[in-house]
Amino acid sequence: MSDNDGQRFDRLPATADDREVSGRATRSEVIEWWVDRFGLPADAFDGYTFWEKGAGKVWIFADDLPTPTAVEGLGMTFLRTRQEHWKPTTNAVQRVGCEATKNVIELDAEAARRFLAGEDLEPAWDGDWGYLIVVHSIAGGVEPIGVGLYVHDELRSVIPKGRRASVSPPE
Amino acid sequence: MTPLERYESLVDDPGAFRAACDRPLPSVVRVNTIKVTVERVRAALDAEGVAHEPTDWHPGVMRLPDDSPGHNWPHAHGWIHGQEEVSNLPALILDPQPGDRVWDACAAPGSKTTQLAALMRDSGILVGNDNTLGRLSALRHNAERLGVTNLVVTNQDARNFSLKPLGERHEEGVAAFDRVLVDAPCSCEGTIRKNPDAFDTWSLDHVHGVAGVQKGILQRAVQATRPGGTVVYSTCTFAPEENEAVLDHILSAEDCRLVDFDAPLDGVPGVTEWESEEYDPSVEKALRIYPHHNDTGGFFCAKLEVGA
Repeated sequence: MSDNDGQRFDRLPATADDREVSGRATRSEVIEWWVDRFGLPADAFDGYTFWEKGAGKVWIFADDLPTPTAVEGLGMTFLRTRQEHWKPTTNAVQRVGCEATKNVIELDAEAARRFLAGEDLEPAWDGDWGYLIVVHSIAGGVEPIGVGLYVHDELRSVIPKGRRASVSPPE
Repeated sequence: MTPLERYESLVDDPGAFRAACDRPLPSVVRVNTIKVTVERVRAALDAEGVAHEPTDWHPGVMRLPDDSPGHNWPHAHGWIHGQEEVSNLPALILDPQPGDRVWDACAAPGSKTTQLAALMRDSGILVGNDNTLGRLSALRHNAERLGVTNLVVTNQDARNFSLKPLGERHEEGVAAFDRVLVDAPCSCEGTIRKNPDAFDTWSLDHVHGVAGVQKGILQRAVQATRPGGTVVYSTCTFAPEENEAVLDHILSAEDCRLVDFDAPLDGVPGVTEWESEEYDPSVEKALRIYPHHNDTGGFFCAKLEVGA
């Protein structure tokens, strides 16, 4: 086993048997995590490739390139691994979270506005603790806003500062 | 002489040209079809009481007369992106297809890049390059907000762009592109309605200097495109030195030709003479858009076919 080189993109190994870099998540673990945690269909990531650059930062790419590759970005930052509780990114949840069926919490209009502004909330929730996909109802459907961390009866907004916004209530 | 006076001999209606350049631009957004439909964006804006008007040429490009595009739910969801009306043109003219391999040579901050991704239905390989490291964070931020997953970001001088990091010698690597967009760095005269200080840094020396860079980038773009592939060259400036003269150069330097294209916005053909210079007659196939033609910013766009 070699150490992770955080300066380049390495494609994730397909399974643990293919792992050559210690501590690196595998493709099957990443897919399994989304299926187990959020109920995504197992074929949701067919055709995509997963890459690690930086310590534990996993990227999703719509196509494939030879590995390793030294570029500045490859697809979208998707998931933080190499920590006890894996954490999806806001952009990942907005992109693929529509298909989630588990650990999804829906907020009403007022709570959704406060969540987007970065406020912590105390909504009713009797499901798992940990990272949840936070959604609200908009324009005839339910849409993911981002990621919330539910602990001790509190939903913490983990929307990154650059994505927080103050949306005015409808007139 | 101001930069605009320099071009009055080229313009059909100098009075209308000057008047349009003095008016501010309306706020315009593009619907991001990677994440949403035009109908759903309309419904969401209606529900929030945000006024919107479709442009008369593209349902996915709309004007928000009273609003800055950053403070509503459609923006928070990455459903819309603030992008000037005329700057929607080059990606549409390049017309990338799902599964294509596309290079955006001067990509940051990524409005046109993310539009290319949407036209590719977020599949295939889109390489967004910019030579300024500091501008790549804006490119990446915009691409991620809009849900783009087919983008490879590179930081190279486009004039010497190397395909090596894209694995050109490997089977699954990129050895040549199907389509390339060169939305070149320029003197930005056409953005005067958006940036009233655009002329503060204008000089003829800068025009000539940047024209050399443009020629180098366009030449590398043609070289990196497969035979039969397409290159679109665009700028937001009026100076023939940065437009038709650059095309004239590439026509003699590389195996490529200018082709006709349909544009949904009004404009006039490229000019074949400027000051003491004469250009290849086919530069007339390019499109010049002045601000008074469609009440937009100024723009220049040309379509090239490689090795045909």
